[in-house]
Amino acid sequence: MVLYCEICSLPVEFCEFGKSFKKCKLWLQSNNNEIYNKLYNSDIKSSLSKEEEEKISNSLAKMQLKEERKLERDLINLQNSKILIKRIPRTKHKYIVAIANLDLLDPNLFDMKKTCKKFASKFATGCSISKNSEKKDEIVIQGDVADEVESYLREFIDSNGINIKIEHVTERFTNKKK
Amino acid sequence: MFKKFSKDDVHTRTNVKSSVAKTLKSKLVSQYPKLEDVIDEIIPKKVPISLYKCEDKIQLYVVNNEILFYQQFDDLIPELRLVHKYPDAFPSVQVDRGAIKFVLSGANIMCPGLTSPGAKLPEEDWPVNKIVVVYAEGKENAMAVGKLAMSINDIKTINKDTGIELYEYLNDGMWNFRD
Repeated sequence: MVLYCEICSLPVEFCEFGKSFKKCKLWLQSNNNEIYNKLYNSDIKSSLSKEEEEKISNSLAKMQLKEERKLERDLINLQNSKILIKRIPRTKHKYIVAIANLDLLDPNLFDMKKTCKKFASKFATGCSISKNSEKKDEIVIQGDVADEVESYLREFIDSNGINIKIEHVTERFTNKKK
Repeated sequence: MFKKFSKDDVHTRTNVKSSVAKTLKSKLVSQYPKLEDVIDEIIPKKVPISLYKCEDKIQLYVVNNEILFYQQFDDLIPELRLVHKYPDAFPSVQVDRGAIKFVLSGANIMCPGLTSPGAKLPEEDWPVNKIVVVYAEGKENAMAVGKLAMSINDIKTINKDTGIELYEYLNDGMWNFRD
């Protein structure tokens, strides 16, 4: 059987060409020391000259460094971003609620379609997934249920131990006909 | 082919009829004769086969939620995880260490990478368009699947330009495909 790395999903011997080599190495060391020693503590025979070999390892290191920086940046972005609950007036006394930035949540935990159905039956309103002006998916609920949605999302986030802020926005009514 | 591939590219999912499954099996055996002994292991008799039709006329054959084969035109191409399970069943070539980096980012394989000292080519001549599994120098497992863009003799003599057109490689869209 082939042993796959749990970090980068490749067969372990290809970790060195992956984007998270350092992490993969640590994982393998703690999980399967025997193979670790075989892979990294023995001389690898290669037909290439030393200079070429160095060139490869340099470019790989560069790529891995880039990837690490990117991950860091993403993490900071994630910490700064928040889920937006928008309360948008439709007529003077009617509102719809749009929830944006839901793609921040892990799609394995949070299924947009299912949640949409759930909202529809929970609030007895129409509920759909539509693309907003930035071409990102958002859930649109027909009805003034912003507070309920917020408490539901809070509960969901707390129970899963995710650290994401939720922000509430109410848009003003503007009479477009004028 | 699968550099960018996700479940959005899947159009329809259907279960295939048992008669179609039978022809699929016989086609597999005729294309890869060494699979004959294990064909029932790969595709168990009672388990339904699903067919996913995707963008660009690509079809995936799925059993137990695992992609086993895919085809774009006539040839059935094995998925890499299947190749890892039955490494001896498919024709193979080997590239040198310098080429690994490029293959794993999806480049077609150039002839010099196949003819240099670290690489291995079969003795006999294989025709153009044959499906081959690509191994790498110093590595045990396959890292890509591709199609010969030249016959083996041409690769050896001309030694220039694309030798293998790459289909699937480690860590591409197909490898990371999840339903």
